[in-house]
Amino acid sequence: MYEGAVQDLIDELGRLPGVGPKSAQRIAFHLLAADPDEVKRLVDALTEVKNKVRFCERCGNVAQDELCRVCLDPRRSDATICVVEEPKDVVAIERTREFRGRYHVLGGAINPIAGVGPDDLRIAGLMSRLQDGTVTEVILATDPNVEGEATATYLARLLVPMGITVSRLASGLPVGGDLEYADEVTLGRAFEGRRRISA
Amino acid sequence: MFVTYLALTDFRSYRDVELELEPGVTAFVGPNGQGKTNLVEAIGYAATLSSHRVSQDAALVRAGAERALVRVRAQRGERKAALEIEITPRRANRARINGAPVQRVRDVLGLVRTVLFAPEDLALVKGDPDGRRRFLDQLTVMVRPRMAGTLQDYDRVLKQRSALLKSASAALKGSRGNADLRTLDVWDAKLAALGAQILAVRHELVTALAPHVARAYEQVSAGQGEARIALVSSLDRVADDAAPPAEADQTPSAALLEARLLEAMSRLRPQEIERGVCLVGPHRDDLSLELGGLPAKGYASHGESWSFALALRLACYQLMTTGVPGWDEYQDSEPILVLDDVFAELDTGRRDRLARLVAGAGQVLITAAVPGDVPEELEGARVDVMGGQVRRVR
Repeated sequence: MYEGAVQDLIDELGRLPGVGPKSAQRIAFHLLAADPDEVKRLVDALTEVKNKVRFCERCGNVAQDELCRVCLDPRRSDATICVVEEPKDVVAIERTREFRGRYHVLGGAINPIAGVGPDDLRIAGLMSRLQDGTVTEVILATDPNVEGEATATYLARLLVPMGITVSRLASGLPVGGDLEYADEVTLGRAFEGRRRISA
Repeated sequence: MFVTYLALTDFRSYRDVELELEPGVTAFVGPNGQGKTNLVEAIGYAATLSSHRVSQDAALVRAGAERALVRVRAQRGERKAALEIEITPRRANRARINGAPVQRVRDVLGLVRTVLFAPEDLALVKGDPDGRRRFLDQLTVMVRPRMAGTLQDYDRVLKQRSALLKSASAALKGSRGNADLRTLDVWDAKLAALGAQILAVRHELVTALAPHVARAYEQVSAGQGEARIALVSSLDRVADDAAPPAEADQTPSAALLEARLLEAMSRLRPQEIERGVCLVGPHRDDLSLELGGLPAKGYASHGESWSFALALRLACYQLMTTGVPGWDEYQDSEPILVLDDVFAELDTGRRDRLARLVAGAGQVLITAAVPGDVPEELEGARVDVMGGQVRRVR
């Protein structure tokens, strides 16, 4: 244990995701030894992010203004919405440059253990975006784990009766992988989601 | 198959220990509390990714150390594999196969295969159903490593669904909680889909295991009584009396089981909400053990209970050696037999018969407090264990 301010800093850093007690200690001592300007830049960046960045009122993505960059982009299609759990998933999909529609960020997944139900996610917001009939397809891109699958199933059961085309991201074989090394679950899903090839 | 090398760093009482092993019998001998069981526990961990003694990994790491390292080299026919598992409590373990990191630790399952006999096995016969379910799950993962993911997912879905029911039940009784059950249908569907896969595999497994248990019991008990095992599915226990009884088909299809699970959940929904628990699914199954037509629990003597426990383990050994019919992925791979402090618990007759039964196995690892606890039939290499040090004496 260290004295006062140093220990407080280590405790705060240790609260961050992915930072264990050892890393927290290392970062704390790095900051202690660092140039005051460098520390100030970090402090400013932290204050800035809390003050300026907010969540898009339409889709829930991180934004500088009322709406995020994706929602403001006139070149993107309004007919498709891709539903993801977190803003970082938007970044991941944007990197592929494959998707030119809009997003909807739920802010998590259904998780009764953590007390997260449908009302704790931005599902009502999604529903209101679907009212005017502009959106014809919803792509469910929640995580392929138990909670993500449950959320996707829950949404599909709400959306399909509304006459909207609902699709789920394919889960299957990694590109560049070997068939023989794929596990049964992955290979099974890849079979389920196989595609027809037209010659 | 057999293990040729074992090295432990900060595992249990061991700071650093290295050991070469050979096929055939090896006995680890030393007074209690010196670390014999820790050695075989480490091999068991490499095989099952769990300990037969504790459910929390924290106990496996030496006091004061951050993580434990288990390194095992195993040989199957001409094929050799080096396995390294890093155990860090409250964090995901890491593993390497032949030096290369694996994506998921559970990918190492199936490389080392063991059947472990321990004094705790008596609880399989005398104890609660959860011990027998754990027995079935461990065997499932041994013969079908790919099921590990399904079991894990099922466990997660079960916890989520239970949390939802519990919260609704609390709200119903006027205390804090949430009566929002809109997502319950979704959890029903997930529980039924995963549960049905587990149930289907359990049915097949128990059907394949039963004849081995009967034969092994006859051998261990010298022909006294007939041992029978059967899967008692929670589906049958909660079955609707008005509905036609389930057909005697031993291995119902997963699709049929899924439909039955869904039906049972919708019928039991009021009770489930009232009590706040999941009342049907593989987590409520049991394995019935009968001796001469009577339940072993409550009717069998102490000696008979031991015979039954030994018969269950021997049957696992036979099943893993010959493979489950129709599941040929891991046929013909004899597991390592580990007998942890078992002989001291048995009377002379059972002890001698067990010794004769396992004497021919490819690799047998025994722990014993005194050399006299190792039966003569199992003469072989001997390693003395004392104060966290190991010394090969023969």
